[in-house]
Amino acid sequence: MIEVKNLYKHFGTVKAVDGVSFKARDGEITGLLGPNGAGKTTTLRMLYTLMHPDQGQVLVDGIDVARDAQAVRRQLGVLPDARGLYKRLTANENIDYFGRLQGMDEALIRMRREQLIAALEMADIANRRTEGFSQGQRVKTAIARALVHDPRNVILDEPTNGLDVMATRGLRQFMRRLKEEGRCVLFSSHIMQEVAALCDRIVVIAHGRVVADDTPDALRTQTGEANLEDAFVKIIGSEEGLAA
Amino acid sequence: MRTTLTVFLKEVKENLRDKRTVLSALLYGPLIGPIIFVMIINTVLTRELNKADQPIKVPVIGAQYAPNLIEALKQQGFVPEPPVANPEAAVREQDADVVLRIPADFGQSWRKGETAQVELIYDSSQRETGGSVERMKGMLEAFARRQGAMRLVARGLSPTMMAPVSIDERDQSTPQSRAGQMFAILPYFFVLTIFMGGMYLSIDLTAGERERQSLEPLFANPVARWKVLLGKLGAICMFSLTSLLICVVGFGVCGRFIPAEKLGMVLNLGPSFALQVLLMMFPLILLLASLQTLVAAFAKSYREAQTYLGILMLVPALPSILLSILPVREADWMYAVPLLGQQVGITQLLRGGEPTSAQIAMCVISGLIVAMLATLVTARVYQSERLAISA
Repeated sequence: MIEVKNLYKHFGTVKAVDGVSFKARDGEITGLLGPNGAGKTTTLRMLYTLMHPDQGQVLVDGIDVARDAQAVRRQLGVLPDARGLYKRLTANENIDYFGRLQGMDEALIRMRREQLIAALEMADIANRRTEGFSQGQRVKTAIARALVHDPRNVILDEPTNGLDVMATRGLRQFMRRLKEEGRCVLFSSHIMQEVAALCDRIVVIAHGRVVADDTPDALRTQTGEANLEDAFVKIIGSEEGLAA
Repeated sequence: MRTTLTVFLKEVKENLRDKRTVLSALLYGPLIGPIIFVMIINTVLTRELNKADQPIKVPVIGAQYAPNLIEALKQQGFVPEPPVANPEAAVREQDADVVLRIPADFGQSWRKGETAQVELIYDSSQRETGGSVERMKGMLEAFARRQGAMRLVARGLSPTMMAPVSIDERDQSTPQSRAGQMFAILPYFFVLTIFMGGMYLSIDLTAGERERQSLEPLFANPVARWKVLLGKLGAICMFSLTSLLICVVGFGVCGRFIPAEKLGMVLNLGPSFALQVLLMMFPLILLLASLQTLVAAFAKSYREAQTYLGILMLVPALPSILLSILPVREADWMYAVPLLGQQVGITQLLRGGEPTSAQIAMCVISGLIVAMLATLVTARVYQSERLAISA
């Protein structure tokens, strides 16, 4: 479970995150929806301890990020906005490297790697160097690498960005599977179809603030719009930066 | 410890797969120094030695005015050439190293017992002609001394009248110390090799990794950044150390092809020299790895890092340049200054002197301390929030 309480992060005069609070529960998929530049990536970066909040608190499974960042990182599987694979290593070697950095022993790493490779259907590329991988192959490798230590909480920053229809479908199935395994899945997106199709709960962010936080159905009722797209436009107050 | 080892092994493996890094760290970098060095020295020496052995050919203007002089010079290996029309131009154009001009009144002055004049026309700014000019002067002076002595004898005076003071030169330089002076550039080659050996790696492991956006996922792992840094530094040191080893061995082998003994010099680049060089250079390996990483951490891209490191590469050259321009006396404190200490110490080795173990210890310890400080600063920079964020 991930709890975010009143988070602030400013860069100079730019208020990237300006008082964000929400909860992402275990066994649920929580979508962080917002237009480009709304503060999604910055918020997530504070969750996985790459950035320090100016103010506010983040709790992952009850552990305070400010108190024990390393313990928090052990509870998290992170697919950052920057996928950055090591192109002179094979997909397997990329995964193993992160497994070792997580402190896992070799047998366990091998077992988890095989599981993930099967689940992500990437056996055909596992022994290839990642140089020249397609966008979809890269995302798969990056996800396998991020989840090798079997984390309770999974953070995915725009996971379907740049993927074709088939790859996107596959990835959605994989995320549902993570949810069924009882994990807490938090992902960001600026594509509402995706959020609507996947999420148990939607947190809408605009201009660094949370403007809505509810189930898809409740959002529809709340705004009085039957169509989710119209509901979002009403919540955010403009159509800027959202994709259908 | 395990984290550091994991990072170290991964970086070494990944970079061994990179052709450019391997070639530059293990081939060009360490071997180009010895090879170029031997080639240059060989060319210069061979030319000088050839010149010294061969008869010296000099165009002579007015040879008919001093047949005796020409005959005497011929016995010393002098070969008169036909006169040239414009000796000044010929010398400037390097058609001749030196031209001898004998004026028409030479014979007249000679017979009167006056000082007869000859002219040597040469251009001292053309360095390679210096040897010929010196030999020519030497021959003329020898002739003049002998003739002077004969005139005194003819008048019943002792030739020693002409030489109230005689100079007996006792040069205290040894064959090795002359070599040391000549090969003063050698220490810089070693520093340069370390620098080149680690350069691509240090750029790749920080600026490169940030540019490829893999630093952010890396730091999402539950490991302390300084442990990651140590692993990366270890990999850089591994490459630069290997590079240095190859370079030292390369000099040891190539040194055999330098005909130093023909110049009356001894150049000892054998195992004992190599070991002491490695010992003194060891702290520089750590220091340069830290400095290169530090610089690369400030750069936003691979290219920017390359530019900065190009500038940083000139810094180790400073002691070499300074010491060759200002012939400062070697002093103990110099061993405590990294780079300068190595320069002084290795020059000393080349001169055949033995740096004391206290001096070597000072050189190594001070180097290690500075390297540690540089590593601490780099670790601080590694902690910064900005480092991992590529976009």
